[in-house]
Amino acid sequence: MDLVSSILTITIRAGTSLVIATIGEIMTERAGILNLGLEGIMMMGALSAFAAAFHTGSLAFALLAAAAVGAALAAVHAFLTVTMRANQVVSGLSITLFGSGLASFLGQRLGPAANNRRLVGLSGPRFGQVKIPFLGDLPVLRSVFDQDLVTYAVLLLIPLAWFYLYRTRAGLWLRSVGEDPQAADAMGIDVARTKYAYTIGGGLLVGLGGAHLSLAYTPGWAENITGGRGWIVIALVIFSMWNPARAIWGALLFGGINAVQFRLQAAGTDIPASFLNMLPYLATIAVLVLMTWWETLSKRVGAPASLGVAYMREEK
Amino acid sequence: MALHFEKRKSASTAALFIVPLASFLASLALTSLLLLAFEVNPAATFAAMFKGAFGSWRAFTETLVKAIPLMLTSLGVALAFKLRFWNIGAEGQLVMAGVAASWVALFWSGWVPGALLLPLAILVGCAAGALWASVPALLKTSLAVDETLVTLMLNYVAILFADSLYYGPWRDPKGYGFPGTAPFPKEAWLPRISGRAHVGLYFALALALVLWFLLNRTRWGFELKIIGSSPRAARYEGIAVERNVVLAVLLSGALCGLAGACEVTAISHRLQQGLAIGYGFTAIIVAWMSQLNPLAIAPVSILMAAILVGGDQVQMKMGLPSAMGQVMQGMILFPMLAGSLFTEFRIRRSAPRAGGPAPGREGAA
Repeated sequence: MDLVSSILTITIRAGTSLVIATIGEIMTERAGILNLGLEGIMMMGALSAFAAAFHTGSLAFALLAAAAVGAALAAVHAFLTVTMRANQVVSGLSITLFGSGLASFLGQRLGPAANNRRLVGLSGPRFGQVKIPFLGDLPVLRSVFDQDLVTYAVLLLIPLAWFYLYRTRAGLWLRSVGEDPQAADAMGIDVARTKYAYTIGGGLLVGLGGAHLSLAYTPGWAENITGGRGWIVIALVIFSMWNPARAIWGALLFGGINAVQFRLQAAGTDIPASFLNMLPYLATIAVLVLMTWWETLSKRVGAPASLGVAYMREEK
Repeated sequence: MALHFEKRKSASTAALFIVPLASFLASLALTSLLLLAFEVNPAATFAAMFKGAFGSWRAFTETLVKAIPLMLTSLGVALAFKLRFWNIGAEGQLVMAGVAASWVALFWSGWVPGALLLPLAILVGCAAGALWASVPALLKTSLAVDETLVTLMLNYVAILFADSLYYGPWRDPKGYGFPGTAPFPKEAWLPRISGRAHVGLYFALALALVLWFLLNRTRWGFELKIIGSSPRAARYEGIAVERNVVLAVLLSGALCGLAGACEVTAISHRLQQGLAIGYGFTAIIVAWMSQLNPLAIAPVSILMAAILVGGDQVQMKMGLPSAMGQVMQGMILFPMLAGSLFTEFRIRRSAPRAGGPAPGREGAA
């Protein structure tokens, strides 16, 4: 029982950043914009959150910084792909290249003079576990109710995002823009503005996902802190079939892989660490293959029809 | 009056030259702002970078050392991108080729004639790169699995696999715990031209010409062009789309593989940590800046290599993070992408037409 609780605890903690970012990218892709810049945005989110927390001592300010930086980078993507009609794949890749480079640069520049201006190896304020009375003392359930505040917020975000997408007028407009921008345009929806809004909003959430890494999951700044999580999120969006309610399953699967990896390493197995570390990446490929195969069989996965296609509103 | 975008049939020639140049200048300006924010003199920094990359013959050969793998991986990436196959797995293909070439160099010398060891190491390396690229290619053509993520995930797998070898069974017993294999026998060393610059340069230049010829002067190149612009039209023309995509991606993987095989046989002479330092990602920038033209890839690779070498130099001389080079490279892409509006579209001002055609969707394939 203890082993189950401890694996579940780590699973949820590892899955938190994945869920926030997955919901963010679902919103973006629902507007028909594919953002492959997540890895870079998450990296910058992690960096700015830690730098802000370290210098101001305020966790609220740290979250704000990560959200603002995430939104700003996503705004660049929106400008390039919506206004300038650039290729979404290449624009996203360039955001990732730029974001990872800038994070690495700033990580060696924003630290205190005493640490040679580096942020590596410092510790700052972090989100600690807040146990919920009674529920946090029950067996197994305590892994859910003995988490940090960001995780609780994310558990609320999942139903909210689902409700917004499927039960509100704004959600309907968003889905219609992703499915058929011409029809949405004809209905009087401002397609470009919708795409901007949800790309930026999605980036904001992805930035917060990065913040959870540097403020709670692995507190502190380290080069390559995201370790490909931004890319895994792109696969999780497919896994969730663009539905926020399902975002949790993929995140739990990958969080679970992290947790098992962690336990095995701690227990000291004969399997080389490199092979254990391959698991999330191999699992991503497996998930992709399965989902794509299933999509062709059942034809009801639900990728927004206009995903990745620039909308040209020529004349009216 | 309304702005009106018209897709050009072929990219505007003037814009093809102006946009990359303007992008480079814009990246210099943006990087200057970043440096000024940290109270660093941009002019002195760029001067130090330039001197570090081109200041002496030795510096120039070091720039070439980085330009060679960039040219090869960029050729590979550009070929795949021509088909809209987003191969961002050049890094992994390079690493797997490095592993395979090392395998030949370390373990085949007992039963292979000495003169054949090097050519075999390079060929097996290319084959390994192609094999690694065949996984996303086959998944894409048979099951329509998105290649972007598969190629990217395979990068991590390849790097971890190489790690497991030089930290594990292949580790040099005389290496004092250094993560690397024993040095290769001398027969498996790729000759150098000057400094550490090696004959991989000739391979890269020759292959750029070959690839340009293949793409622009042969029937196959013409077919690839049609597949790239519209797979549906290609099928209609009776072109075997799947077979051609797989073939082109195998070739793309082999080119990236050649880069890895050259790195281990010419530079490190062993498989060791630090083989994967991001050439495969910089290659994406090079390919895009070269507008996927093989002939433009050589000069652009040298420019990008100079930014990398210059970045290392300012770290040593001025204590600035070497990631500055990476930031500069990332910044080049933004204006490039914004500029594609001017290379790919003709912008016209037009009076609104009554009852004009319904807004069309662009690029839906």
